[in-house]
Amino acid sequence: MKPGIDWIPPALLLAIALGALAMIGNPSTWVTLTVAGLAMGLLIFIMSSGLTLVFGLMDVMNFAHGLFIAIGAYVAASTLKLLSAAAGSQSFLANLGAVLPAMLAAVLIAGLLGLAFERVIIKPVYGQHLKQILITTGGMIVAEQLIHVFWGPDLLPLPRPATLRGSFLIGDMAIEKFRLIAVIVGLAVFAAMLLLLNRTKIGLLIRAGVENKEMVEAMGYRIRRLFVGVFVAGSALAGLGGALWGMYQESVTVHIGANMMVLIFIVIIIGGLGSIGGCFAGAVLVGLVANYVGYLSPKIALGSNILLMVLVLLWRPQGLYPVSKQ
Amino acid sequence: MADALLTLAGVHTHIGHYHILQGVDLAVPRGELTMLLGRNGAGKTTTLRTILGLWRASAGAIRFESEDITQRETPSIANLGIAYVPESMGIFAGLTVRENLVLAARSGPPEEKRLDWIFRFFPPLKKFWQLPAGLLSGGQKQMLAISRAIVEPRKLLLIDEPTKGLAPAIINNLIEAFAELKQTDTTILMVEQNFHAAKSLGDSVAVMDAGSIVHAGRMAELAADAALQARLLGLSLEAHQ
Repeated sequence: MKPGIDWIPPALLLAIALGALAMIGNPSTWVTLTVAGLAMGLLIFIMSSGLTLVFGLMDVMNFAHGLFIAIGAYVAASTLKLLSAAAGSQSFLANLGAVLPAMLAAVLIAGLLGLAFERVIIKPVYGQHLKQILITTGGMIVAEQLIHVFWGPDLLPLPRPATLRGSFLIGDMAIEKFRLIAVIVGLAVFAAMLLLLNRTKIGLLIRAGVENKEMVEAMGYRIRRLFVGVFVAGSALAGLGGALWGMYQESVTVHIGANMMVLIFIVIIIGGLGSIGGCFAGAVLVGLVANYVGYLSPKIALGSNILLMVLVLLWRPQGLYPVSKQ
Repeated sequence: MADALLTLAGVHTHIGHYHILQGVDLAVPRGELTMLLGRNGAGKTTTLRTILGLWRASAGAIRFESEDITQRETPSIANLGIAYVPESMGIFAGLTVRENLVLAARSGPPEEKRLDWIFRFFPPLKKFWQLPAGLLSGGQKQMLAISRAIVEPRKLLLIDEPTKGLAPAIINNLIEAFAELKQTDTTILMVEQNFHAAKSLGDSVAVMDAGSIVHAGRMAELAADAALQARLLGLSLEAHQ
């Protein structure tokens, strides 16, 4: 007998996309909006995947997750500024030579900051939700002020390198290059996470720990060490997401992470706390709905994701792919 | 009687404001199956959890192979060669049967020979090898929970009510499996409410009441003494016979 996959959420995504096509009418507009929705969704997935595992594994409510997004964006902006000659070149390879180090720096610095944050801020408040909310919110405020100290209070430009600007034109369809890159990176991160979670023992431990951490410890594994690793990886991914999101917007402010937190929480709640598959489906759902509704009915675009969350939770109160907890 | 693999001396455990274990003295003989019996709420599950460090003993000493493990952390205790099958079974529902067993095998992938040995006890596990464990029946989940504990040789198995809620046919199957497991000289401390299963399997027995051991001895002696059974186990015995 083979394990079953719940195909209802993917079918829902497809139905929403096809329903939007019928309402929009123009296929080229629909393609543009769909790619934009996928890009937005996958960037949110990169930023939120670590947070859902952190919550699932140790019940830690980290309201400072946006800090790692902001740090990733600022580090990427500073690195690209340092490599401005390569970033400003008309050569794709030279641009890549600027963007890759910027992404790598964002991942490394956010990961290291995540390690320090877990040791200093999170470790003393394991199992104490109220204190976690207070101290991580406080940590976020302090960190934002430190960003002001290092980078100043002004908006920081984060221009995309020359060859990553513009669109691919296919017939009368315009597909923005950077959105396509975001989709590719997002899918690569998702595939890597699936491989890690399903094909390695560490992945098995993470999945098992999300379900029943006490039993994992009773088997002789140190869940705290695993959690530190997941927290660092989640922070690093948030840094990568922040760098990409900053390039998507071509500017960075200190609130870039905090502004994303509402969407991130919606995504991990819709997906099912602790579920990577759910986080992916939820992020794509949020990205698509935000873009379709923004085009079809701009007046309700702001509230569309809240409405989406309400509808999903009415249908599946534990989220799209609930994790069985013990 | 064999020497003791595990000893508890004057162990107290508090859970919140509740004083659950009130001076437990227990010796688990090496290579034997010791039954831990008693009424509901007597402290049997708390004893197993305290041994494994899932609840911390507030006083007393727990020794495993003469080593004091009272204040050790759970993973460190488990790594001494102690496996635990909780009452809730603790299977990972989202992981397949195979993944559950892979995770339980600490020293590498499970050995084929060992798996064949386990499949002989519990054939459904082979059939549902790639099925998410959450889709197994209650009896099959219990088979998986026990298999995880024996997927590698362990010095001590702590098993909490393995027959609870299972159909009689499956209970008989489990009794046969434990009887064969006993031949491997594995030391087992088992909490059991089913006296039929307990007397079929137990070499030695300890009976708990109100957080302490009120009787310890050979299982055969308790099984042969109806008056002692009635005095120690009372209504719980009648209900489960």
